[in-house]
Amino acid sequence: MSPAPETPGTSQAAVTPEPPESPAAPGSSPAAGTDHVYLSLAEEHDDDSGRWAFGTGFTDPLHGVDTAVPPGVDGAALASLCLELADDALVQAQRLAEWCTRAPELEEEVALANIGLDLLGQARLLYARCGRADGTDRGEDAYAYFRDPADFRNVTLAELPNGDFAFSIVRLLVLSTWRLAVLHRLTGAQDPVLAAVAAKAVPELTYHRQYAAQWAVRLGDGTEESHRRMRAALAQVAPYLPEVFASSPADGAAVRAETVSVLEQVLAEAELAGALPVPDEPGSADGREGRHTAHLAPLLAELQQVARAHPEATW
Amino acid sequence: MVSAPAVEQERRAREAAARVPDPELPMLTLADLGVLRGVRVEPGGAVVAELTPTYSGCPAMAEMRADVAARLRAAGFARVEVRTVLDPPWSTDLITAEGRRKLAAHGIAPPGPAPRRTGGPVPLVLGATRHAVECPRCGSADTEETSHFSATACKSLWRCCACREPFEHVKEL
Ligand SMILES: [Zn+2]
Repeated sequence: MSPAPETPGTSQAAVTPEPPESPAAPGSSPAAGTDHVYLSLAEEHDDDSGRWAFGTGFTDPLHGVDTAVPPGVDGAALASLCLELADDALVQAQRLAEWCTRAPELEEEVALANIGLDLLGQARLLYARCGRADGTDRGEDAYAYFRDPADFRNVTLAELPNGDFAFSIVRLLVLSTWRLAVLHRLTGAQDPVLAAVAAKAVPELTYHRQYAAQWAVRLGDGTEESHRRMRAALAQVAPYLPEVFASSPADGAAVRAETVSVLEQVLAEAELAGALPVPDEPGSADGREGRHTAHLAPLLAELQQVARAHPEATW
Repeated sequence: MVSAPAVEQERRAREAAARVPDPELPMLTLADLGVLRGVRVEPGGAVVAELTPTYSGCPAMAEMRADVAARLRAAGFARVEVRTVLDPPWSTDLITAEGRRKLAAHGIAPPGPAPRRTGGPVPLVLGATRHAVECPRCGSADTEETSHFSATACKSLWRCCACREPFEHVKEL
């Protein structure tokens, strides 16, 4: 994990990846040198870490960051917090990606994919932090690809199938509101790496919540059919709220109060006041303890298939 | 190289790294974009360049790192290390004046000032609170956002009501 000076590669990759076709944006001309950007990447990763076809997992996202756990910080507690937040993000990102080619409009497809990409980035940083904090020095791939459903610590709301657009919007609204409230507080975390990851995530989550809130208002205050769908979606999500609130890592009461207040603000604007009953009792922390619905296993099977079929493959 | 004064070496290293284009906004250099945090030559002669990601999920981070390392090696520095810096987080306020000029010249509306927040929960504002974004082609302020997300994480899609042309806008972060 310690940063090593980058020296020119000496071995030759078996297959040099082709630079992807990237049509220039209208009105722009590629600046000199951009044509070999991807070749630089290939050259740098011609060793055994060259598994970049898995996704973007070809470098440690915390490369060069001082990741020593500072004295006074409980490494195990830090690791489990990072793992919960990372698993929420990874599973949500996977569901959001499923909207590609299925969303009502191209713009929404792009929006949902972008939100998923932000969450995937947050997950990568948090997995990397976790690997250092739990003392195993595992990389992000070990967490994403080589754990089984019972090892995942995401809330079950994140893993439910996408349902219709209204359900996905309500879920995104709830989870982004909760996550923003949590990560906003974690910008003051004692661990400087977690604090920095949280500070980076806050503006992103602000956009996610804004997107979901605007759609919630548009659908709730839209046609009879869209209003009916929103009502149904809220009723579907309601039973999963206690689990979300059961797991607030720090300052749980304040996180819950902020989340509820934002949701009420949105639902009032959406002509849906009272349609999401908020439980008084904290629920059981099913997903946080590894008890998942039947929907998580197939999601992970798809996510992990390639990595597990070729665990040491290089491209 | 060895005899060149350290200051001169550092200047050369900084120039080489600063010229690297951004993979997603290739009209900008990493310096224009504000993601190149610093370049220094350590006493042993190794060059350390610091990069900060734009978004958490920025898929171009690895490309940027590889390209900075390659440019520095091409400039004659044998030992190069590119480090990630997360704190303080990147903001569109770090895009330089030159970077903004280049964006506009390429038909991309540059960002306005990033939202400044003080303490307390992040407020949710519903309804039309949109700031005016000028059309980079005709300069009209009569524009509307068509999608908050676009082909890359950092841009939104807009349309000009005066000249009817669509354009992209680097959104404030
Ligand atoms: Zn115009």
